[in-house]
Amino acid sequence: MPALRLSSFTLSSALGTGLAPTLEALRAQRSGLAHKHWETVDLDTCIGEVGGLDDLPVRADLAQFDCRNNRLAQLALETDGFAEAVRSAIAKYGATRVGVFLGTSTSGILSTEIAYRHRDPVSGHLPANHDYRHTHNSYSVADFVRHYFDLRGPAFVVSTACSSSAKVFGSAQRMIAAGLIDAAIVGGVDSLCLTTLYGFNSLQLVSPTACKPFDAHRDGISIGEAAAFILVEAGELARPGEIVMSGIGESSDAHHMSSPHPEGLGARLAMQAALDMAGLTPTDIDYINLHGTSTPSNDAAEDKGVSGLFGTATPCSSTKGHTGHTLGAAGGAEAIICALALQHDLAPGGVGTTEVDPRLASHYLLTNLTIPMRHTLSNSFGFGGSNCSIVLSKVMA
Amino acid sequence: MSALRVYLDGIGLCGPGMAGWAASRDSLAGTRPVELSPTVLPAAEALPPAERRRVGVPIKLSMAIGFEAAQQAGVDPANLAAVFSSTGGDCDNCHAILETLASDDRQISPTRFHNSVHNAPSGYWSIATHCMAPSTSLCALDATFGAGLLEAASQALASGQPCLLLAYDTAYPDPLYSLRPIPYPFGLALLLRPARSTTSLACLNIGLSEKAPDRCTDATLESLRQSIPVARALPLLQRLARNAPGRVVIDYLEHLSLAIEVTA
Repeated sequence: MPALRLSSFTLSSALGTGLAPTLEALRAQRSGLAHKHWETVDLDTCIGEVGGLDDLPVRADLAQFDCRNNRLAQLALETDGFAEAVRSAIAKYGATRVGVFLGTSTSGILSTEIAYRHRDPVSGHLPANHDYRHTHNSYSVADFVRHYFDLRGPAFVVSTACSSSAKVFGSAQRMIAAGLIDAAIVGGVDSLCLTTLYGFNSLQLVSPTACKPFDAHRDGISIGEAAAFILVEAGELARPGEIVMSGIGESSDAHHMSSPHPEGLGARLAMQAALDMAGLTPTDIDYINLHGTSTPSNDAAEDKGVSGLFGTATPCSSTKGHTGHTLGAAGGAEAIICALALQHDLAPGGVGTTEVDPRLASHYLLTNLTIPMRHTLSNSFGFGGSNCSIVLSKVMA
Repeated sequence: MSALRVYLDGIGLCGPGMAGWAASRDSLAGTRPVELSPTVLPAAEALPPAERRRVGVPIKLSMAIGFEAAQQAGVDPANLAAVFSSTGGDCDNCHAILETLASDDRQISPTRFHNSVHNAPSGYWSIATHCMAPSTSLCALDATFGAGLLEAASQALASGQPCLLLAYDTAYPDPLYSLRPIPYPFGLALLLRPARSTTSLACLNIGLSEKAPDRCTDATLESLRQSIPVARALPLLQRLARNAPGRVVIDYLEHLSLAIEVTA
C-alpha cells in the first residue's frame, strides 16, 4: 500500500495546546498528570486533564454538538494552523474528496452521564435539552468535524477502544488508494468521563499515583484526554524532511476481552505487518513509542512482543507518563509524538518511571536520546484484543 | 468518480420476521408478504457456555449473521478480516452503566465495563473463531451501514483477501429509547471478495453519489429502512433477493449516498 503524507498535524493534551508545548514537555521530560479533583469523581487517582474546556463552548452555529469531547476537538482544530491546512486541502481537492475518519472510545458520553443524574423523578425522562445524537453517539466527533469544515466526503468513527485513532490511518490509506478521496482528516478525540474512570477502577487497573510504564513498581494507568488531528494525503506529495506513514499493521488477539495475549502474539503480528508494509526490517526502526499503559500485565505482554521481534537494543518508551492514557485518542496522539521525534531527532525518555522492571527485556529510555531518526514505530492496543502498529518515516533528501 | 468493485459471496440476515437470508428472500423479493414478528436471536453457540449466558443482544446478533455469511461463502472465519459497524453497540449494557454512575454507589461491574467498548462483539467474535486477522468497529449514526460497506470493500481490495462486514443495530431501553428509537434488533453481514469466486452471488460496483437514496415500495420495509440504520441496506437486499441486476442507491451521509451497480 502506498504511503500517506502527514501534511499537517496538531495535538492538545495535558501537556498543552498544540505542538510547541508538547515538544517542550518532551524535551523537559515534563508530565501533565496531576492528582486532582475532577467533576464529581471520588477516586484516588491522577488524571491528565486539558484545562479550560468548561469555558470553551463550540462554535455557535454548531451549538447542538456542544460537549466536552467536541470542545476538545475544536480546541485542537484551531491550533497549529490545522484548520487552515484543511481549508487549503478542500480548495485543492473539493469538499467531496476529503474524508473524516476519527477514533474515540467514549465520545461525549459525559453529557449523558450527567443527564442521567437529572432524570425526571416521575417519568424518568432525560432533561429536554439533552442531545444524544450530537454529543453521546460515537459518531458525534466525526459529524462535528465534517460540519466544522462543511465537508461532503465519506466519514465515520472507528471505536476499537485504545487502538481507535491508530486504525483510522489504515482506513484513510485504503480510501485514498481506492481513489474515493484525495485527503482525509484522521486522528482521535477522547475526553474524561465517569465511565472510563470508574470502569478502569472496577478492573483495578488505575494507579493512585502518576503512572510509571515499564517500572518495576508499576501499578496501573492514569487516564488522560487528548485531541489529535492529522491531515493526510498521498505519500508521493511528501518533500524531503516531511513525515509519511510508511506502514500500518492491524491484528486481533483472539484471547481475552480485557487482558492482552500473555506472549504479545497479537501485538507482534501487528508490528510485523507494519514493518512489512513499510518494506523495513526491525533494525531500521530508530525508536518505538510503546503502548506502555503501565499495568503489570499489559507492559509484560508488550515487552515480550517487542523484544521478540526487535531484540533488546531498539530504544523505546511510553509517553503515557507524560499525557496519561488518552484511550481512543492515544494512537493519534502517539503518532504525532513520533512525528515530532522524527522532525527533531529526539527519542523521548519516559516520565514517571525510575526503575525499569528487570524482568522486561526492551531497551526502555529513562532519559531523552538525541540520535538521527529515520523510522519510528508506534503501538496501540485495545480491549477486545484490537492491535495496531504504525511506522512513520522521514523523507530523506 | 472511482468505484470499488467487489464480489458478494455470502449474506447473513437477522431482523424482524427475517430469520436468515434464505428464509427472508421471498418477502424481500416481494413474492411473499412481509411479517414483522420480533427478531429471534439464536444463542451464541460458538462461545463457551458461561459466556454464552452473559452476552447481550449485539453479540448474539453479530454471531448469527457472521456465521451465516461465512458458511454460505464456504470461508473459514478463522482467517477472515472483519468490519463491525453499529450505531450504538451494546445499548442495554450502556444504560446499566449510566444508571449505576448516576446512583449513590458508582461501582460498576468490571464485566459490564469491558463489554461497554464498541468493539466488544469484534472481540468475542475473534475469540470464538480464533481469528487473529484485522478487525475494526465503526459507527456513523444513521450512516452506519454505508460506512461499513465502504470500509469492508476498500479493505478487501487493499488486502486482496475476503472481508466480512457485520452491521447490526440494537435499541436502548428508556430513557434513551425515546431519543434513539430503533424498533427491532437488525443485523446484516456481507462477505466480500476482491475477485470473483465459484461461490460469488453478485458483483457490486460501489461508488459515491449525490443522488437521493432509493426507497422500498413495501411500506413495512420502508418503515424499517427509515428507522434502523442497518436497514438502509434494504433496497440493495431487495435487488439481490430478486436476482435483478441494475443500479441501487442507498442512504449514507448528508449530501452523500452510495450508488451500487449490481451485476451477475
